[in-house]
Amino acid sequence: MSMTITEKILAQHAGLENVVPGQLINAKLDLVLANDVTGPVAIQEFAKFSTKNVFDPTKVALVPDHFAPNKDILSAEQCKMMRDFARSQEIEHYFEVGRMGIEHCLLPEQGLTLPGDLIIGADSHTCTYGAVGAFATGVGSTDLAAGLATGEAWFRVPESMKFIFHGTDFQKWVGGKDLILYLIGKLGVDGARYRAMEFTGEAISALSIDHRFTMCNMAIEAGAKNGIIAPDDKTFAYLEGRARRSYPLYYSDKDAQYIDVQEFNVADIPLQVSYPHSPENAKPVQEASGIKIDQVVIGSCTNGRLEDLRLAAEILRGKKVHPEIRLLVFPGTQTILKDAMREGIIETLIDAGAAVSTPTCGPCLGGHMGILAKGERAVSTTNRNFVGRMGHVESEIYLANPAVAAASAIKGQIAHPEEVF
Amino acid sequence: MGKAWKFGHDIDTDVILPARYLNKSTPEHLAAHCMEDAGTQFAQEVKSGDIMVGGKNFGCGSSREHAPIAIKACGIKVVIAESFARIFYRNALNIGLPIMECPEAVAGISPGDEIEVDLATGIIENKTTNTQFQARSFPPFMQELIRAGGLIPYVEGRKKNA
Repeated sequence: MSMTITEKILAQHAGLENVVPGQLINAKLDLVLANDVTGPVAIQEFAKFSTKNVFDPTKVALVPDHFAPNKDILSAEQCKMMRDFARSQEIEHYFEVGRMGIEHCLLPEQGLTLPGDLIIGADSHTCTYGAVGAFATGVGSTDLAAGLATGEAWFRVPESMKFIFHGTDFQKWVGGKDLILYLIGKLGVDGARYRAMEFTGEAISALSIDHRFTMCNMAIEAGAKNGIIAPDDKTFAYLEGRARRSYPLYYSDKDAQYIDVQEFNVADIPLQVSYPHSPENAKPVQEASGIKIDQVVIGSCTNGRLEDLRLAAEILRGKKVHPEIRLLVFPGTQTILKDAMREGIIETLIDAGAAVSTPTCGPCLGGHMGILAKGERAVSTTNRNFVGRMGHVESEIYLANPAVAAASAIKGQIAHPEEVF
Repeated sequence: MGKAWKFGHDIDTDVILPARYLNKSTPEHLAAHCMEDAGTQFAQEVKSGDIMVGGKNFGCGSSREHAPIAIKACGIKVVIAESFARIFYRNALNIGLPIMECPEAVAGISPGDEIEVDLATGIIENKTTNTQFQARSFPPFMQELIRAGGLIPYVEGRKKNA
């Protein structure tokens, strides 16, 4: 029977020959992850199981990244609770501050998310790992607790949607962020609800792994269960030196069934900006040009990787952040930060007037390190621009790629990168 | 019987429970800030047994289970929506917060209407307008999960029977 890559991974982990969309399965998990916000709730729920030990301490990852480094006493207690649990359960992949990064940048970098894996995470952006050909999806804390206790989770096999991006003639500065914002603009925030989003085509093959992470990261913003890209030579090159176990390769069959197939020419996709208060409000950046802003955030699990920082530095090199703008930069991991230092990126950003932070999810979810005041407006490379997401309920967020964000920081208003050259 | 609190489409979990309150997870703390950014006095005025009504894609966004915990801790008897975002849907069933999919009821309920809900049959009665609606039924597996009272009792029960 022909299947999609998503169906093949689910079938294999459920011990079945094949699966069909709508089928309810119980599947074995390769990795179970949580952070300092969702972890404590999961740990409390885990205590209600008769099992007292996690199913496999080598298949659990705990990352204190949301309100860490501890933003206040309550957050410190939450991080401590997760740290204590990690120690008592001898969790191998617990990442302490100083070694931690933003979970969805860190775990792939550490080679913990591999093609063909089945991963659940108590964080909605767990879908990021589809970029290396894993089935990865976000769950809540109780599902995570059950995963910790049993090493299994139930799934409804999702219908798959295929998105083919033709061509390799990207418009200047356009990247994975623009493709995914454009697509969410077409689909709406529930256009892929409960479904698998499979990205394919020449344009996807041409995208680097960093850009693919950005695309799969935002599959949840269309309501999807997972986003996925079939592994290729770029994937293998990325995994070289990272993967410490062998991995199976799955590819969608030519006659696999899709509930929807949509095709795009990448040449037709301009730089995107998503207006408040929904990622689906995507428009060409020119339409937003001139909107006055107060803050720019570059980083996060969506756009906090080396290529993102490189792009921002390319725009900001030799220029200054507008006097009325705060530019905050959040590298995804310590390795990314070090690589960016080595390449001179961090110096360029600081010379331009940026504040560069240790890795944290902080400002993306209005946690700490860059909260917006009433009436303030931000351009952000993060993933959500919901009401109150980055601070005051009357603040506003425009989502964009790092080049648009950097150009906007220079101009003090939303700008196309061409406007600053 | 309870009063209906009606919200729009795509109600995200940041609005249901803003991240600034995620540094503590006790149900009372979360309940006190439920729907704070939706521009209502919901948390202050909600009464035990009231009903929450939403449009399509209710509970989208962040996976934070704090959102359904907050709604449940407010005393909301059931959330009725046109459709639910998938993580919220799982979370609600897992923690024993009743949810119902029923676009007709959403269209037929106005804020403040008095609503009677039979969770066993899925019948929703609007006492203010004297109308009745039938919610979509759950697949058998999810009915079992609901009957067990959530994921943990379900998993533990299955282990005992194995």
